[in-house]
Amino acid sequence: MLEEARSRWHPIAAAHDLQFRHVFHGQLLGREFAVWRADDGYVNIWENRCLHRGVRLSIGINDGRELKCQYHGWRYSNRTAGCTYIPAHPADAPARTITNRTFPAVERYGLVWSSEEPRGELPDVIGLAEGKLLALRGIPVNAPADKVVERLKAYRFQPNGAIDGEGAEILIDAAQDFAVALRSRDGDAQTHGVFFVQPVDSNRSVIRGVLDQDAEGAARIDILRHHNERLSKLRDQVEREAANVPSPAPIEPVYERVSAELAEMPGMTTHGRKAALRVTVARKWQTADGIAGFELRPIKGILPTFQPGAHIDVHMPNGEIRQYSITNGPGETDSFVIGVKLERDSKGGSKCMHETVREGDVLAISEPRNNFPLRRDSTKTLFVAGGIGITPLLAMAQALKNQDLTHELHYFAQGEEHLAFADRLKYLGDALKPHLGLSPDQTGAELRQIVADYRNGMHLYICGPGPMLEAARKIATEQGWPDTAVHFEYFKNTNKIDDSSSFEVALARSCVTLQVPAGKTIMQVMRESGIDVPSSCEQGACGTCVATVIEGEPDHQDVYLNDAERKAGTKIMTCVSRAKSARLVLDI
Amino acid sequence: MATRCVDRELLNDWHIVADQESLSQDTPFATRLLGVDLAIHKSSNKIEVVRGDTGATLKSAERYGFVWTCLDKPWRDIIYIPEANEADRHLVSGGAIAVKVSGLRAVENFLDMGHFPFIHTDWLGEEPHTEVAPYKVEITPQGEVLATECKFYQPVASPTAKEGFIVDYIYKVIRPYTVALYKSNPIQKHRLDVITLFVQPVDEENCVAHPYLCYLKEGMEAATVRSFMQLIFAQDKPILENQVPKRLPLDPRAETPIRADAVSVSYRRWLRDRAVTYGAIPAQA
Repeated sequence: MLEEARSRWHPIAAAHDLQFRHVFHGQLLGREFAVWRADDGYVNIWENRCLHRGVRLSIGINDGRELKCQYHGWRYSNRTAGCTYIPAHPADAPARTITNRTFPAVERYGLVWSSEEPRGELPDVIGLAEGKLLALRGIPVNAPADKVVERLKAYRFQPNGAIDGEGAEILIDAAQDFAVALRSRDGDAQTHGVFFVQPVDSNRSVIRGVLDQDAEGAARIDILRHHNERLSKLRDQVEREAANVPSPAPIEPVYERVSAELAEMPGMTTHGRKAALRVTVARKWQTADGIAGFELRPIKGILPTFQPGAHIDVHMPNGEIRQYSITNGPGETDSFVIGVKLERDSKGGSKCMHETVREGDVLAISEPRNNFPLRRDSTKTLFVAGGIGITPLLAMAQALKNQDLTHELHYFAQGEEHLAFADRLKYLGDALKPHLGLSPDQTGAELRQIVADYRNGMHLYICGPGPMLEAARKIATEQGWPDTAVHFEYFKNTNKIDDSSSFEVALARSCVTLQVPAGKTIMQVMRESGIDVPSSCEQGACGTCVATVIEGEPDHQDVYLNDAERKAGTKIMTCVSRAKSARLVLDI
Repeated sequence: MATRCVDRELLNDWHIVADQESLSQDTPFATRLLGVDLAIHKSSNKIEVVRGDTGATLKSAERYGFVWTCLDKPWRDIIYIPEANEADRHLVSGGAIAVKVSGLRAVENFLDMGHFPFIHTDWLGEEPHTEVAPYKVEITPQGEVLATECKFYQPVASPTAKEGFIVDYIYKVIRPYTVALYKSNPIQKHRLDVITLFVQPVDEENCVAHPYLCYLKEGMEAATVRSFMQLIFAQDKPILENQVPKRLPLDPRAETPIRADAVSVSYRRWLRDRAVTYGAIPAQA
């Protein structure tokens, strides 16, 4: 019976067990769950084990958006259960595939239901209408579920309307493997009660009763007490009987293995420039002068995990592909919100988004990719945004705000009407510092003040138009900021690409040597040879196509690497950069 | 879980079964090793360790203030700790701490720096200083797992520390259930304080940790050393007891390692290579 029970739906908690910011420890057929409600109302039912070292997530911290493991502070996102941050490696973006096992959750009849391998939807329970029900306190019983069900058939209780009476007449309306439906009648008073038995383990159960009528105040307490006393007596009886027979062995849960890729120290994942997801434009609105906001919802299923700083490729109806940062705060996983500025010299990207794309349209997008990861081990983080450069930094600032880490968001814009995503900005409170209507010189002076007091442990993140970004980087260097503390993301690469050189590329792991002629990129040549290279912007701005250089001197033409990284010569953007030496050896 | 141990590596080795101070002449001290019940009898001139199942008297020894025994013929001597011979050190036990988890999990936790800011908050670590910098791991010619160049920022690294600093650590797994930690002394910077954690495998899912501390005396009381160790271990215990499953999985795909776990990856591999199964879930073929 327990084998078949795996494909059925069972209650694992009462809805009232999922209190604000609480993590409830549930169990079904030997398998433990961490059950928690996010602030947006979503009920998460997860395997009760952190994927890292197996610590129970039910002792973790529910911050309303994410669940944080106690042991090493790994953070897992609401809804997707994907890991968004690993504190031991603050500069890395965790592999998107570190995702905890989730189980379906349905809230109905005042209970929370789940199943290990559900066949079909949660069936309707006859006699229980949503809305005016009373879920009783769960009664744990140290006995197998079938023994508890057997006893429940003889359970006697008074209807709500005659709770102090005696001798109500009881009818069995239905009895199944894991539930008994009873009707209690005393004069005019009548109550229908369904008593579900949750098979916790082979020898442990919880009785979860639901009555078809609610009550208020003292009457409600009387009803709850009535059932509590009677069900407790029933429990004692069943437990006495169960103690007389040898108890069945506990069910050993089988834990899924992590993917082979994760079992090794993380290497590089390979995705091409693929539009793996389909979303609908649930909302389009003008969030600031010249900036349109888009809320993208999945057509089915849930969106993948994102981290602050991540972007998606949006494939437009006109065939263009553009990158947009996700502005969402942590745990906001039901949709992606992006901001698109209408560029005056638009080549069809922003123009199409502004003029053609409408609410209800379907768009193809890539999985989120994060080449602009946020460290959270900074003593103080400064964000400097120029115009639409706010988008990745907005996601980052919301993440730090949620964790109560010190930060300031300096937002440069032409005027009040150009500040995008007012609701998200408001959430940041005093950390938001707008700088409005400044000339380039005034901007420079302001930037000099902002980055004036560098101290070890601080980090600076910059995103904005090219000239402003250049200025900010230069000023930071002058004020003593090391390259390792300054992080930036360009919208696009405005460098003139010189592709006149020709050279040889040896791919060490693939054991092939390729010739790169003038006019072709390393990436193109690799793809022509059938080698899968991840990419996104394909103009040296986003960092997706980075490769490790083992030997040779790169000719950097990107805007992703910082000066120290360029000098080190160990990384190369294969979409634009080339070789100064006759030969490059890459770790691909 | 009272499974029988079949690992020669463990059956033919010495294990701590009691702190000498916890023995009395009136009542035998009851404990358990590798699933075998033991009674330790103390008389005026000797200590005897007797098996509960067969009544046989086992080979036993007293060293470092502990009672040691071996269930079979010992293949090698008790671990030699050179620092225990240095007169200017406190030699104290941090107490016998029972933990409801495999002793291998306890060893692995001892090797882990990443948890300091979260479990030993404001003592051995504090947010936002969470980064585990790369360090080196090797297998020594003596067949031990050695991690060097481990560095971590600690607000109160030892009972006498007045301010936070980056502490240098060396870790050494000496036997499957024995691990040592060498930590720079805050006063005599060129010398190291040593903590050796002897873990008594009670059974596959229970252990008793016996931390043995060799701390330089300068500026430090023995009682302080001991209570600091107990504070730290009391913070680890609830986490260890919430690890699922209780035994240490040796399958590389059972859990997710990151770079910071380089030493635990080596430790698990080292256990696999030595065919240690007691307290472990062996890797799938």
